[in-house]
Amino acid sequence: MGRLTSENVELAREIIDRYPRSRSALIPLLHVAQEQDGWVSTEAMSHIAELLGLTPVEVLGTASFYGMFKREPVGRYVVSVCTNISCLLLGGEELLEHCEARLGVKAGATTPDGVFTLEDVECIAACTDAPCLQVNYRFFLNITHDEVDRLLDDLRAGRRDEEVPPHGTLTRVRPRVPAERWSGHGAEGLPVLPGQSR
Amino acid sequence: MAVSDAAPIISTRFDQTDAHTLDGYLRTGGYAALRKALAMTPDQVLEEVKAANLAGRGGAGFPAGAKWGFLPEDVFPRYFVVNGDESEPGTCKDRPLMERDPHQLIEGLLISCYAVGAAQAFIYVRGEMALAQERLAIALNGAYAAGYVGKDILGSGWSLDVVLHWGAGAYIVGEETALIESLEGQRGMPRLKPPYFPAAKGLYMQPTVVNNVETLSYIPWVLQHGGEAYAAIGTEKATGLRLFALSGHVRRPGVYEVEMGTTTFRDLVEAPVYGGGMRHGNALKAFIPGGASAPWLYPEQLDLGLDAGPVGAAGSMLGSGAVVIMDETTCAVRAAWRLVRFFAHESCGKCTPCREGGAWLEKIMRRILDGYGREEDLDLLLDVGDNISPGPFPHPASDGEDAVPFPFKQTTICPLGPSTVSPVYSSIWRFRDEYLVHIKEGGCHHG
Repeated sequence: MGRLTSENVELAREIIDRYPRSRSALIPLLHVAQEQDGWVSTEAMSHIAELLGLTPVEVLGTASFYGMFKREPVGRYVVSVCTNISCLLLGGEELLEHCEARLGVKAGATTPDGVFTLEDVECIAACTDAPCLQVNYRFFLNITHDEVDRLLDDLRAGRRDEEVPPHGTLTRVRPRVPAERWSGHGAEGLPVLPGQSR
Repeated sequence: MAVSDAAPIISTRFDQTDAHTLDGYLRTGGYAALRKALAMTPDQVLEEVKAANLAGRGGAGFPAGAKWGFLPEDVFPRYFVVNGDESEPGTCKDRPLMERDPHQLIEGLLISCYAVGAAQAFIYVRGEMALAQERLAIALNGAYAAGYVGKDILGSGWSLDVVLHWGAGAYIVGEETALIESLEGQRGMPRLKPPYFPAAKGLYMQPTVVNNVETLSYIPWVLQHGGEAYAAIGTEKATGLRLFALSGHVRRPGVYEVEMGTTTFRDLVEAPVYGGGMRHGNALKAFIPGGASAPWLYPEQLDLGLDAGPVGAAGSMLGSGAVVIMDETTCAVRAAWRLVRFFAHESCGKCTPCREGGAWLEKIMRRILDGYGREEDLDLLLDVGDNISPGPFPHPASDGEDAVPFPFKQTTICPLGPSTVSPVYSSIWRFRDEYLVHIKEGGCHHG
């Protein structure tokens, strides 16, 4: 917990190499740290600073701007209930209240067993399927209170592990570029047009 | 009621379950437009896109071809950035494009990079969209492995790398200069324009094009069928098709690909193939025509066409193509407060009028909702709003009063600040009596 594992350091270097300037890899590396630990610790931020040649406070400065980076531990499942306009019109606030009652915590808090963190969030771009929520950024659309109850029970019992990985994991398929396919022109000058060579 | 019979263009693979795989995309005509483009010169491709008069689908509506034309000559490297940070409340049309047809976006991006001579491209996907990220990763990995992306594309000698990049939860990053800051590993705060127009000083201070996901998704079709064929759809000034996210109190909320100009808001709400009418047959109270930032419109404006010109003249905007329908059961004060809470929360803090003003607007609205409002709070709200967006605020015409056209004025670097004022002004202008009920009685019958 904290510093990136050697496997993740290797991944970090691969990510850094994709950008013309290394600092562009900062947010991607914070995601790597959050995937490793479920949150972003001070130790992880210091390690990322080392990898990018930044100061720890530069890393913190960026990390603290973005709501998805949790700088203290959260539940295995972050349940994000949308209450913005389209959901508000179709029961988003009632959905949030139902989740609060069911989980026994208010929005913003984590259940004592550390399984769930409940959030009252801004629009998650599923407005035509309101009301909706996300668990670890996976969508559950047009959801009823009964369906929420079943979902939370399933998650707690580990019956949705394939569908919903632990908090911090976004895509389960990483972008991979075979070395021989990478053109590497990004930091250079003129584009190479058909018929030209360099 | 005139519902267009124009065939959909970018939503044709929404029901195809394997469009994110290379095989699935190739089977339905994928990458034919890229092959066609690579046989043309970059200038010829650029001319085709200019001829299409394809307006940007992010919110500002600036024509893509003209935007590309702003790049200064002979300054390299140039970069291309895809804005997939869709977060405007009410808007959910880029997400299906990324989840269900990611290759179409990648193909449109490749053609666009070829046209403008970009050295590298970045697809910035909203952090909260895990499935879109996964589908784009599958698609891009497949395209790289098969030679559609990377070194020596399709044996043409032309090369381009595409990098997938996830955001981390910040609405403001949808603003193009804030997105560039974020892509550079910084806090996502907008840059001052001028001098930091992305075309001149963008990513790493190099010439940069930032285009929206939907805009780029139309490019393969434009190349295949020609810019003129695209421009022939819709009306002269409102060309082509566009995805509209219709949400709220209609029977059939959904994302619909609709012909611009000829289709009206009434068609969108009432046509059986779109909204199917108001939920429970209730009366319409107000609607937001272009995402949370847009000033509200009302039943009298339903017959406006989906055309930026007339909608702007009527005091609002088509914005991000998000139409939110509010029926008579809606509490206007609560709806407006929720939108203000959003903008106050998402203010990046760079400009004082937005950072402080937005926070105060939210607090005053909240106290009215909680039953502690004062009658003078209405003038106070308008006064705070005037500090963010000075002068007459855009609104439709009413008895004895002319419309104030869009856009709003602003004392801030970016439009987030004045967007906070939209729901405040729109709701007070039209529903002042509902505020008074809240203030005098501590609540309203809408609950």
